[in-house]
Amino acid sequence: MELSKLSLKEAAEGLKLKKFTSKEITEAVIKKIKAIEPKIDAFLLVTEDFAIRKAKKADQLIADNQIISPLTGVPFAIKDIIVTKGIKTTAASKILEDFIPPYSATVYEKLENQGSVMVGKTNHDEFGMGASTENSAYKITKNPWDTSRVPGGSSGGSAAAVAADMIIYSLGSDTGGSIRQPASFCGVVGLKPTYGRVSRYGLIAMASSLDQIGPITKTVEDAAIILREIAGKDNRDSTSVEKPVPDFTSYLKTEIKGLKIGIPKEFFGEGVEAQVASTTKNAIKKLENLGAKLIELSLPRLKEAISVYYLIMPSEVSANMSRFDGIRFGGSRDKFGAEVKRRIMLGTYALSSGYYDAYYLKAAKVRTLLYEEFQEAFRKVDIIVGPTSPVLPFKIGERVDDPLQMYLADILTAPVNLAGLPGISIPCGLIDGLPVGLQIIADHWQEGIIFNVAYAYEQNFPFKQKPKI
Amino acid sequence: MKRKIEIEDVKHITKLANLPLTDSEMKKYSSQLSEVIDYNMSLLEKINTEKVEPTAHIAGLSNILRKDETEPGLDTKAALQNAKETHNDFFKVKAILEPE
Repeated sequence: MELSKLSLKEAAEGLKLKKFTSKEITEAVIKKIKAIEPKIDAFLLVTEDFAIRKAKKADQLIADNQIISPLTGVPFAIKDIIVTKGIKTTAASKILEDFIPPYSATVYEKLENQGSVMVGKTNHDEFGMGASTENSAYKITKNPWDTSRVPGGSSGGSAAAVAADMIIYSLGSDTGGSIRQPASFCGVVGLKPTYGRVSRYGLIAMASSLDQIGPITKTVEDAAIILREIAGKDNRDSTSVEKPVPDFTSYLKTEIKGLKIGIPKEFFGEGVEAQVASTTKNAIKKLENLGAKLIELSLPRLKEAISVYYLIMPSEVSANMSRFDGIRFGGSRDKFGAEVKRRIMLGTYALSSGYYDAYYLKAAKVRTLLYEEFQEAFRKVDIIVGPTSPVLPFKIGERVDDPLQMYLADILTAPVNLAGLPGISIPCGLIDGLPVGLQIIADHWQEGIIFNVAYAYEQNFPFKQKPKI
Repeated sequence: MKRKIEIEDVKHITKLANLPLTDSEMKKYSSQLSEVIDYNMSLLEKINTEKVEPTAHIAGLSNILRKDETEPGLDTKAALQNAKETHNDFFKVKAILEPE
């Protein structure tokens, strides 16, 4: 049995039954990372000694019958945009090349408190700005299914590492699709929770009204387990919301009879590749075969959502990036990469005197209309389903000099962030050896329904293929 | 293209954003920003937003307050540990006021 291939659930069971130790599974993961990393480039930092120490501590807890949660003793990786006290955190930027955080993010603290074992920090687009992981200042992560292609982004390292079985699970962050789109490209599960569900404290902010942290996993069940452990109100993030955190695993049922599934026709419109559309439609047909009712919808504002996103997000970016002044931390502002500079410029322009009303405010108003359309839709349906990405994983270099083309990669995911909704991507097929993701979106706080539908699909139509590396 | 962002505009934005850019970067951004803004606005200006309130934030939260009591924070050493220049336990910054 190759331990790094285990799901979180399997790893937790094995540790509990003492089939193997945390040290053994951690060593297996590190061995696998060392073997595959030269081909995939998923990690910015591998914290080997630290991980072994943590694993030994976890083994002590397990020996003393003090397992705190299913995460105890299980190795994981975390996107390098989430701060980890005393461990270098770069946001994949040269401006933070020597930054040692003096505090930890709440999500990381929660995992640490459960005796989890962090083995490394994963690569991503600089400050989360990109859809391919090509904007990292350090390396380009490759897609494990075809190393000439991108893994998606921005959480490309987190997704590629899970897909290549270099890790049991990982955490990413999602501003306009940065968990779901790389999960789609890499054939794994990626969940963006409801805005406010998970604390953003210690997530280096990109666009504060859109960012959320979430899990990238091998199974739907693993995502449900992790969300339960990282969710909840945090006094250090005043946008986290006081809502009961249910045991999300109680929603993992294979039955979806009578469930009303909305299919927005705009999810199959212009810009969506024919093969992606047909693979997704097949998957939706399968949900119908399980007894769900399909209801066609139209959400006209989805057509403009990407334009709303590419005004609001850069505006928030330009404000957030102003903290990098080279005085308290980090280097000088010329060290920002090209995409970060581009978005600072775009946002500063959209917010500047004389343009604010025409650009930022106009976009914020259309955001209201988009949000209202989703609200209206959820009065008729339980869930909305469509493709995650309009296209298959593209070639490295193919879009890098064409920002508009790169931005259009987010057309199906960014609307979900603008409306603050939860969404998941699960694998639903391969086209010419490249994965396609099915996106499932629910109303605010309804991650439970997402888990129900995703689990029913996964259990009835398992995606068993693995990349050959 | 209707909305051309000229080099002069780009220069002005770099000042507002405190972003040092080279001439070739400014030229590139002038055309790329024009393209993105033009694409975005060509779609958005068709939408009637009269009487629509803007949304800045989706969670519907209003101000979150806490009691005005001090809590332990970062100690000085930790707060300064990433600063490039410090002086007597302070961040060192460039002079903003010139002596008379």
